[in-house]
Amino acid sequence: MLWDRLQFAFTVTYHYLFPQLTMGLALIIVFMKWRYLKTNNDSWNAAARFWARIFAINFAVGVVTGIPLEFQFGTNWAGFSNYAGGVIGQTLAMEGVFAFFLESSLLGLFLFGEKKLSRRGHFAVAAGLCAGSWLSGYFIIATNAFMQHPTGYAVGQNGTLQLASFWEFVLNPWAIWEYAHNMSASVVTAATVVASVGALWKLLGKYNEESGMFLRVGIITALVASVLQIFPTGDQNGKLVADYQPASLAALEGVFKSGSRAPLAIIGQPNVDEQTLENPVVVPGMLSFLAYGSFGATVKGLDAFPKTDWPDNIPLLYYSYHIMVGLGTLILALMAIGALLLWLRRLDKSRPVLWLLMLAFPFPYIATIAGWLTAELGRQPWIVYNLFRTTDAASPMVNTGDVVFTTIGFVGLYFVIGVCFLYLVGREIAHGPVHAERRG
Amino acid sequence: MQTLWYALLSAMLIVYVVLDGFDFGAGIVYRFVARTDAERRQLLSAIGPVWDGNEVWLLAAGGTLFFAFPKAYAAGFSGLYMPLVILLWLLILRGLAIELRSHEPYKLWHDFWDGTLQFSSVLIAVILGAGFGNLVRGVPLNDAGYFSIPLFTDLLPKPWIGVLDYYTISAGIFCLAILGLHGALFLVWKTDGSLRARSILVARRLWWAVLVMALITIVLTMFVQPGFFSPLVDRVWPIVLVIVSLAGFFYVPTALKGTADLRPFLGSVTFIVGSLAAMAGTLFPNLIVSTLDPSYTLTAYSASTGPYGLQVGLVWWIIGMILVVFYFVFVYRNLSGKVSEEAPRQ
Repeated sequence: MLWDRLQFAFTVTYHYLFPQLTMGLALIIVFMKWRYLKTNNDSWNAAARFWARIFAINFAVGVVTGIPLEFQFGTNWAGFSNYAGGVIGQTLAMEGVFAFFLESSLLGLFLFGEKKLSRRGHFAVAAGLCAGSWLSGYFIIATNAFMQHPTGYAVGQNGTLQLASFWEFVLNPWAIWEYAHNMSASVVTAATVVASVGALWKLLGKYNEESGMFLRVGIITALVASVLQIFPTGDQNGKLVADYQPASLAALEGVFKSGSRAPLAIIGQPNVDEQTLENPVVVPGMLSFLAYGSFGATVKGLDAFPKTDWPDNIPLLYYSYHIMVGLGTLILALMAIGALLLWLRRLDKSRPVLWLLMLAFPFPYIATIAGWLTAELGRQPWIVYNLFRTTDAASPMVNTGDVVFTTIGFVGLYFVIGVCFLYLVGREIAHGPVHAERRG
Repeated sequence: MQTLWYALLSAMLIVYVVLDGFDFGAGIVYRFVARTDAERRQLLSAIGPVWDGNEVWLLAAGGTLFFAFPKAYAAGFSGLYMPLVILLWLLILRGLAIELRSHEPYKLWHDFWDGTLQFSSVLIAVILGAGFGNLVRGVPLNDAGYFSIPLFTDLLPKPWIGVLDYYTISAGIFCLAILGLHGALFLVWKTDGSLRARSILVARRLWWAVLVMALITIVLTMFVQPGFFSPLVDRVWPIVLVIVSLAGFFYVPTALKGTADLRPFLGSVTFIVGSLAAMAGTLFPNLIVSTLDPSYTLTAYSASTGPYGLQVGLVWWIIGMILVVFYFVFVYRNLSGKVSEEAPRQ
C-alpha cells in the first residue's frame, strides 16, 4: 500500500510537470500567433515558434509519462478500479476519445505544417491544439473531483459504484472550481517560465525584441492569473473543502480544537501527538471569515472527528497547503512589481528584479505540486470521499516486492528522461528564437 | 448491450493493433531495412507524424475496458502486473526514441535511439502476443475475481503457470512475425528507393516466418487449450472471418509481385483484422478465462457496469468516433503519397 501510494505519487507528480506547462503555454502561443496575425510583426511569429519548440519537447515527455497513469489504476489500484471504474472510467475513456485524438492529429500539423498552411490556418491549428489540451485537463479534473466529492453515482447490486446521472457526474461543482483553479495555475506556470526566459536573455543582452515581448506577455499574464488563483478560484475551492471535507480543512489549517473565531495560521508547526500548533503566528478570526463568511463562525477542529477519519499525514498536508499559499502570494507580489516597472518603463534597467524573475521559474512548479499534495493528502483516508477507503483500494494480489521493483524502475527511467529533457530544453534556450527551423 | 460493448471494445483493440502495429513493425525491421542515416530519417518520417495518434487507440480502448467492464479491467491489469509495467516502460522508451532522435545531429545520439527503437519494438510485439496467449490459455482467476501470476516459472503451461511459458512465447514470436511483416508492407507502401526495395525482401522472408509460426501456435493451442476451438462448431461468423483472414494473408505474396504498393499492406490489414475478429468471436463472451473453475471466468455479462453507464457511454462514443474518423481522414490525407529519401517530410 505504502509503495503503491509512493509510486503513483511519483509518476503522477512527474508527469504533471509537463502538461502543467503545455496547457498554459498553448494559450500563450495562441496569443502570440494572434498578435502576429494582427500586427504582421515577424518577431511575434519567431517568439511563437521558439515556444512551440519548447512545447514540443514538453508535450512528448508529457505523452510518454502519461501513458502509464491510466494503466496504473488497474495494475496497482485494482480494488479501486473495480469499485469505481464504472464511473471514473467514463471520463478517462472520454479523455482519450475527445482530447487525445484531437491533440495527436493537430500536433504534427502545428509543428511541421507552417509552410503548408495559410497564416490563418496555422493560427486555427494552434487554437485547436490549445482547446484539445484544455479539454484533456477537464476530464482528468472531473475524475479527481469525483474522488474528492462524488456526485451522479449509485451503488449497484454487487456493491460497486455505477453511473446514475451523467451530467451530475461531469458537471460536478467541485470539478468546475478545481478546474478553474488548476488551469489558472497552469497559466501562471507558463507565464512565469516565459517571463523567466525573457529576463535571462535581457540580462545577457541578447535578442532584445523577443526578450521584451516575453517579459511583457509573461509578467502581465502571470499577474492576472495569480489574482484569479487567489480570488475567486482559490477562495471557492477553500469553501468547498470547508463544506464537504471539514476534517481536511481542520488538518490543513492546523486546527485541532473546534471553536468560533478560528484563527488563520500563517506559520506554525503542527504537533499531532499533543494536538497543538506550536510557535503559531496567526490572524485571529480570519479562518472563520474565509471559510464561512463571518468572523464568529464556528470551525470544526480535528477533535470533532474520529481519529480514523483524520488525514493520515497531517504535517505534510499542513506544510503543502502553506507552501502553496505562500509561494502563490510571492509570485503575485513579484509579478505586481514587474508590472509596475513595465508601466514605468524601467524594467530593463532594474537588474535585481530581472534576476528575481529569471530565478522565479521553479516557484509555480513547487506551488502546483504542493497544491496537488494538499488536495490528495486532504482527501485521505478516503480514495472516494466518505465512500471507499484507500486501504481497500490497492490490488489485492500484487505482492509488495513487485511494486518496489516497478517503483525503482520508474524512478530510474524517469531520471534518464529528466536528464534528456533538461539538456534539450537548455539547448533550445541557448539557441534563442532566430535559428532556422530544424527538420527531420 | 454487453454484447455490443464486447464488439466495440474488440473493434477498438483491432484498430489499435492494425495502426500501432505498423509503426511497431517499422521499428521491428528498422535496422534491417534502413541502413543509412538518410534512410532511417525517411522511415521515421513515415511513422513520425502518426505513431502518437495510433497509440491513442490503446488509451481509448483501455478507458473503454475500464468503464464498460471494470471488473475485468481490475482483474486483468493487476493479474498481469509485471508484463504490463514492463510494456509501459517499453512504450515510453519507444516514444522517446521516435521523438528525440532528430533533436541532435550526433551519430552516437542516433545510434542510441536507433537501438532503443528496435529493441523496444521487438519486445513490445512479443509481450502483446504473449498477452493474447494468456487470454486463450486462461489464468488462475479466483472466486473473488482476481489472480496473480509471476512473469515466468518453469516455462510449462501447467500446472504452476507464469505469464511466459512455451505456449505464450510462441504466441509472442507469432505476433512479432505478423507485426514485422505488417510494418515492412507499410514501408513498401509509404516509401521509395532502396528502403522500399529492402522492405520487399524482408517482407517476403517474414511472410514465411508468419506461416511457420501460425502452424506451430495453432498446434500448440490444440494441446494447451483444447476447448478453444469448440465454439467454432456452431458459430459461423468466426469461420467466415478465418477464411477472410487467410485470403488476405495469401494475397500478400501475389500483391508484392505487382506495382500497386498499397495492396500488399491491405492484404496484411485484412489478415490481422480477420484473425483478431475471429479470435474475439471465438472467445465471446469470455473476457478473462479462469483455469481454476469455469464458473470464475469473467464474461461480458459478469464483468460489466450498470445499463445506464453503458447507454450513456454509447451516446458519447458514437459522437467521439465520428470525430475520430474525421481526424484520421484529415491527417492521412495530409500525409498522402510516399516519403522520399531526398526530402523527408518531417
